[in-house]
Amino acid sequence: MKIVVCVKYVPDATADRKFNADNTVDRVGVQGMLSELDEYAVEEALKIRDGDESGDAQVVVLTMGPADARAAILKSLQMGADSGVHIVDDAIHGSDSVGSSLLLAKAVERQGADIVLCGMASTDGSMSVIPAMLAERLGVPQVTFASEVTVDGNTVRVRRDGDAATEVIEASTPLVLSVTDQSNEPRYPSFKGIMAAKKKPVEEITLADLGVAAGDVGLEAAWTKVEAYAERPPRSAGAIVTDEDGTGANQLVEFLAAQKFV
Amino acid sequence: MNFVLSPEHEAFRASVREFAEAEIAPHATEWDRKHHFPVDVVRKMGALGLFGLAAPEEFGGAGEDGDFTSLCVAIEEIGRVDQSMGITLEAAVGLGINPILTYGTDEQKQTWLPDLVAGSALAGFGLTEPGAGSDAGATATKAELVDGQWRINGSKQFITNSGSDITSLVTVTARTGQREDGRAEVSTLIIPSGTAGFVVEPAYDKLGWHASDTHPLTFTDVLVPESNLLGARGRGFAQFLAILDDGRVAIAALAVGCIQACLDLSVQYAGERTTFKVPIGAKQGVAFQIADLQVMAEAARVLTYKAAALKDAGRPMAEFKQAAAIAKLYATEAAVTATRIATQVFGGYGFMEEYPVARFYRDAKVLEIGEGTSEVQRMLIARGLGLPVE
Ligand SMILES: Cc1cc2nc3c(=O)[nH]c(=O)nc-3n(C[C@H](O)[C@H](O)[C@H](O)COP(=O)(O)OP(=O)(O)OC[C@H]3O[C@@H](n4cnc5c(N)ncnc54)[C@H](O)[C@@H]3O)c2cc1C
Ligand SMILES: Cc1cc2nc3c(=O)[nH]c(=O)nc-3n(C[C@H](O)[C@H](O)[C@H](O)COP(=O)(O)OP(=O)(O)OC[C@H]3O[C@@H](n4cnc5c(N)ncnc54)[C@H](O)[C@@H]3O)c2cc1C
Repeated sequence: MKIVVCVKYVPDATADRKFNADNTVDRVGVQGMLSELDEYAVEEALKIRDGDESGDAQVVVLTMGPADARAAILKSLQMGADSGVHIVDDAIHGSDSVGSSLLLAKAVERQGADIVLCGMASTDGSMSVIPAMLAERLGVPQVTFASEVTVDGNTVRVRRDGDAATEVIEASTPLVLSVTDQSNEPRYPSFKGIMAAKKKPVEEITLADLGVAAGDVGLEAAWTKVEAYAERPPRSAGAIVTDEDGTGANQLVEFLAAQKFV
Repeated sequence: MNFVLSPEHEAFRASVREFAEAEIAPHATEWDRKHHFPVDVVRKMGALGLFGLAAPEEFGGAGEDGDFTSLCVAIEEIGRVDQSMGITLEAAVGLGINPILTYGTDEQKQTWLPDLVAGSALAGFGLTEPGAGSDAGATATKAELVDGQWRINGSKQFITNSGSDITSLVTVTARTGQREDGRAEVSTLIIPSGTAGFVVEPAYDKLGWHASDTHPLTFTDVLVPESNLLGARGRGFAQFLAILDDGRVAIAALAVGCIQACLDLSVQYAGERTTFKVPIGAKQGVAFQIADLQVMAEAARVLTYKAAALKDAGRPMAEFKQAAAIAKLYATEAAVTATRIATQVFGGYGFMEEYPVARFYRDAKVLEIGEGTSEVQRMLIARGLGLPVE
């Protein structure tokens, strides 16, 4: 069994975010990391691999991003994944979800996969659309937002927690699966894992390797375009209610109602 | 010469820090207040491989990949958020696993190490007695060989990890006879938890390290098989001296974590707390003290990792021993000073248990005492210099 996990390298949310002159997110000049939500996808893949009785299951991590994005692969390998594939090409810059999913789908096809695992959303773009687009492009079932996954041969059963109900869904491989932050507890890389990762193979591939023309991806091909951005205004001082005559609670409720919180 | 850790050690530091921030830091204050020893966290540290960093793969350790340096990194990072869990790790490896790994027979290793390395069991090391601390050779606990069994009588005190729910054994030093020169023959014995006559007395009420498990132990006609002798008979004294050399560097790493915590907490607080309309960090009187904290953190770190590197490089024992004593002495005394400075930076809040600096202040003192007091370190260093010190 082969499991391909799509992992995204995202700017560290605790560091300052920057934008480029073309209104794209600066993914090069900032501190980046493996998207935290993708750690759940990696962990789920490792659990499926380790529970596989054939013993020949393997986990390949796939990322698309600038050279630094290799760090996302490395962290996944340190957690225990077997090998990595890095789509890296200058032409990728500015790709939207349509372009991103095209490249990821081509790379998955090139690998061949029984299960493609994704996070529930990236922590930067957070559109949650890549898994669905990938499934569509690959022509396989999509099972998204799984909070619990069981694999039994070719059958994958998931629990999907909704606001109103909990669904149990079954699908057969090959498929695309995305998992939530409720699905497992991602492991921390051990020293053994960190040392082992040094020896694991990471393949770098370009658009040419995937047979994709530069014009089909990148900023020019994007269906969406960021026209402008503005920094979040600094937090204002807020309102302080002093309870002088016993009406403080009413004033609080009025404030919340005015802000449409209640 | 190389003064930086490898990228792998740095990646491991990041991993342990993430673990410590998520699994330990949020609970440290409560465990301290309740004197609670969190067994589940010990298991999680085991899952992360922290107990096996210097153990062979056959017992579940990191094998060739692991080293003493990585253990120091782990102790420093755990100690940065919680000294109690830091000492738990330090003692579990340095005093629990190390004697068995170093002196155990294949059978003893097979029996005890897998669970200890996995973090599903802990071992204590009983050297100190009411009448034998710095003067550990004054051991009064006795063991006699009777019909193929050791019969042990005596007591130990201040023994870390000796009475937790998952403690599987303690190794103890005991007099097993007299040497030709008239001095006591001291040997080391393995006493499994639950052996009849082996009583773990109630935990101490300590100044600090509240979440660490420390007990007095008594032995009344405790019987263990002859094969529970650890290492050669009569080598007990030499064995624990060697064990303590490693332990000293590990305690120094714990002290580095303490100093780093003081530094991090002070930098943050001095930027936030305002007096006379400016952050207190704008006052040289405060800022300069915090600058000193970084000097202490860096100096202690360099001494500690130098000693660890000497061990990993297999350098001569005399060189390592000296470096270990120097690192322990400087790092632990700096840690006590650092906690005094940090509580001062926090003003009245530093005296409140709500703030972690108060906990570090209480926790630091014992660093100058355990695994050889500062006076003992000075004695060792002076002897290493060839001085005729008593
Ligand atoms: C408002 C907006 C502005 C944008 N601006 C820019 C920009 O300035 N520059 C730019 O380059 N892109 C930009 N994008 C595109 C976006 O950052 C992503 O490249 C792409 O749209 C993926 O969508 P997402 O991050 O929302 O992923 P989601 O659909 O939320 O991600 C779900 C899962 O898909 C997988 N996945 C997603 N991306 C990757 C990847 N790259 N490699 C491997 N797996 C992946 C992961 O498993 C992830 O958990 C923008 C998107 C939006 C909505
Ligand atoms: C929390 C805690 C956990 C511990 N865990 C363990 C454990 O797991 N296993 C274990 O075996 N022990 C343990 N110990 C014991 C510890 O190692 C001893 O307390 C320490 O070695 C000092 O011994 P002592 O308390 O008998 O002090 P003493 O030896 O009585 O020393 C009293 C004072 O005299 C000084 N002094 C003594 N001799 C000399 C000398 N020759 N020259 C100059 N000054 C001297 C000392 O430095 C000290 O200041 C622990 C102690 C504590 C507090």
